[in-house]
Amino acid sequence: MGRTLILMELDGRRVKRSSLHAVGFARRLGGDYVLLVIGHHLAEAATSLVGYGAETVLTADDPALAEPLADRYAQVVVEAARASRADVIVAAASTFSKDILPRAAALLDAAMLTDVVGLEPRDGQTVFNRPINAGSRIATVALEGPVRVLTVRASAFPVPDQAPAESPMGRLAVEADALPAGTRFVSRQQRTSTRPDLGEARVVVAGGRPLKDAATFEKLIGGLADVLGAAVGSTRAAVDAGMASNDLQIGQTGRVIAADLYIAAGISGSIQHLAGVKDCRVIVAINKDPEAPLVKAATYSLIGDLFQAVPELTEALKKRT
Amino acid sequence: MKILVTFKSVPENGAAEANTRVINPFDAIAVEEALRLRERGEAAEVAAVTIGEPAVEEQCRAALAMGADRCIRIDDARPLDPYAVARILKAVVDRESPGMVLMGKQAVDDDCGQTGQMLAGLLGWPQATFASRIALAAGRETAECTRETDAGLEVIEVRLPAVFTADLRLNEPRYVSLPGLVKARKKPIEVLTCAQLGVDARPRTALLAVAAPPQRAGGAVVASVDELVLKLREEAKVI
Ligand SMILES: Cc1cc2nc3c(=O)[nH]c(=O)nc-3n(C[C@H](O)[C@H](O)[C@H](O)COP(=O)(O)OP(=O)(O)OC[C@H]3O[C@@H](n4cnc5c(N)ncnc54)[C@H](O)[C@@H]3O)c2cc1C
Ligand SMILES: Nc1ncnc2c1ncn2[C@@H]1O[C@H](COP(=O)(O)O)[C@@H](O)[C@H]1O
Repeated sequence: MGRTLILMELDGRRVKRSSLHAVGFARRLGGDYVLLVIGHHLAEAATSLVGYGAETVLTADDPALAEPLADRYAQVVVEAARASRADVIVAAASTFSKDILPRAAALLDAAMLTDVVGLEPRDGQTVFNRPINAGSRIATVALEGPVRVLTVRASAFPVPDQAPAESPMGRLAVEADALPAGTRFVSRQQRTSTRPDLGEARVVVAGGRPLKDAATFEKLIGGLADVLGAAVGSTRAAVDAGMASNDLQIGQTGRVIAADLYIAAGISGSIQHLAGVKDCRVIVAINKDPEAPLVKAATYSLIGDLFQAVPELTEALKKRT
Repeated sequence: MKILVTFKSVPENGAAEANTRVINPFDAIAVEEALRLRERGEAAEVAAVTIGEPAVEEQCRAALAMGADRCIRIDDARPLDPYAVARILKAVVDRESPGMVLMGKQAVDDDCGQTGQMLAGLLGWPQATFASRIALAAGRETAECTRETDAGLEVIEVRLPAVFTADLRLNEPRYVSLPGLVKARKKPIEVLTCAQLGVDARPRTALLAVAAPPQRAGGAVVASVDELVLKLREEAKVI
């Protein structure tokens, strides 16, 4: 049995919940696993991870790693993989892991799979399932090599239960001067919203092109989301029109969600959008067109004008609570 | 400065059953960005490169018609994976010595989103992925780049040469014009093989099977907001 190195992702000083789903993947794969946290001031994050049955919780803590710059982080991942003799390297799929892991894979002379949603034994080896063609087909793929690198879809693997035994902590020595210096962090536009993150929300409310402008979008979609404690999402059309910020785009080329409840108002359901919402348990479409693809894919559809239906739904749900 | 821009020929919308092939949309954005940099006087030449069978020359012509100065096609009909593509592209970069490589953030047929980062790793160059703005500094030694991340917009500065991957909002690619197409016919497409480049790029992934994903059960139309709330509460038990 081999060893998996799991790259954890941080949200400030905390570990993102999606990263724990990657631990669920490692458990299914078998063998033991090492959790790697890269950054600066990592005590809180590392401590939160000791109950997940890892061989080691490994930290690479240095001021030079305060921001997730791919060239530096990829080098640290490579050093951690070598130090821990991992033959599989994995992380939950996100813009963070998709920036870093392919680069680390190339440095390790390894091929890689993106967005793995399943695994199965075949002819004595483990092969992997992943969506292709905008989610319209699921491929079964073999990945060869002494080192294999993957990102996995968080929603496809459960967060494991915590174990009573505590994993030991380890530190990976970081030589700041030996890190690549070709990239400099300049700034980040801090997200100010207090709403849940799209990738982790149980309920998501999204709006599309007919929402007109940012204020209307916020009033209707934001208003409905808030009575449900939901995350807000949107389509490419709404983002391009400036109604919603870029990180709210759901779909093949944006965020993939797997909410219990997804409510889509004024969204046609293009192949690209559908690719990001197929795994939601219950889908509600509010659309004036009964022929819209999202109406066909939805669990429940309300055919009508969203400018009427959305405020009405918001009010009805307010009364409920 | 020379810009190398990569493009892949993909079925329209990345759909397996599509019979029209196009330049991967993110690569069209990369080509557009390269052209704009040249038009602003930041770059002297835009060379476009693709790896594929002879049929992808239709997309080579499209890239030339958009305005690329020349095209290189690496003749290879094997089903390649991103790491194989990155190794081939590395050899092309070594041969061309561009100041920037512009690529798409993902190919919409395989949705891997790996190749640019792998190429940057192989070259030991900085990378700026998911770019929605690229601004070269005076002197062209660095570029400032805005990136679209799950957490919002991030700005980084990279030293050149570097690899950039385009996100949707980097620009709106121009349409191919008729005069552009006419001109494209006279522009060169150089054909090379992996053997000529001296790269062994055997793929390390193998596609064993494809299947349809689980289908969603057909839905129900509700007549009113009240009925919807009732269904969500009593039947689906999600609120
Ligand atoms: C390379 C590429 C990548 C892409 N990636 C993504 C992606 O990741 N995510 C994504 O979402 N899109 C993506 N797209 C865009 C996608 O193709 C569609 O254009 C987009 O999803 C459409 O957004 P929409 O549903 O908001 O708008 P439309 O398709 O215009 O749909 C609007 C819907 O609203 C309904 N409507 C209008 N008025 C009302 C009203 N008053 N009340 C109720 N209903 C109303 C209409 O019937 C229609 O169904 C991508 C496209 C490309 C080319
Ligand atoms: N066969 C190819 N030829 C040229 N460029 C490619 C090829 N495959 C991938 N690329 C480039 O790599 C990017 C990312 O592809 P992928 O990693 O497959 O999602 C694409 O947008 C292209 O710019």
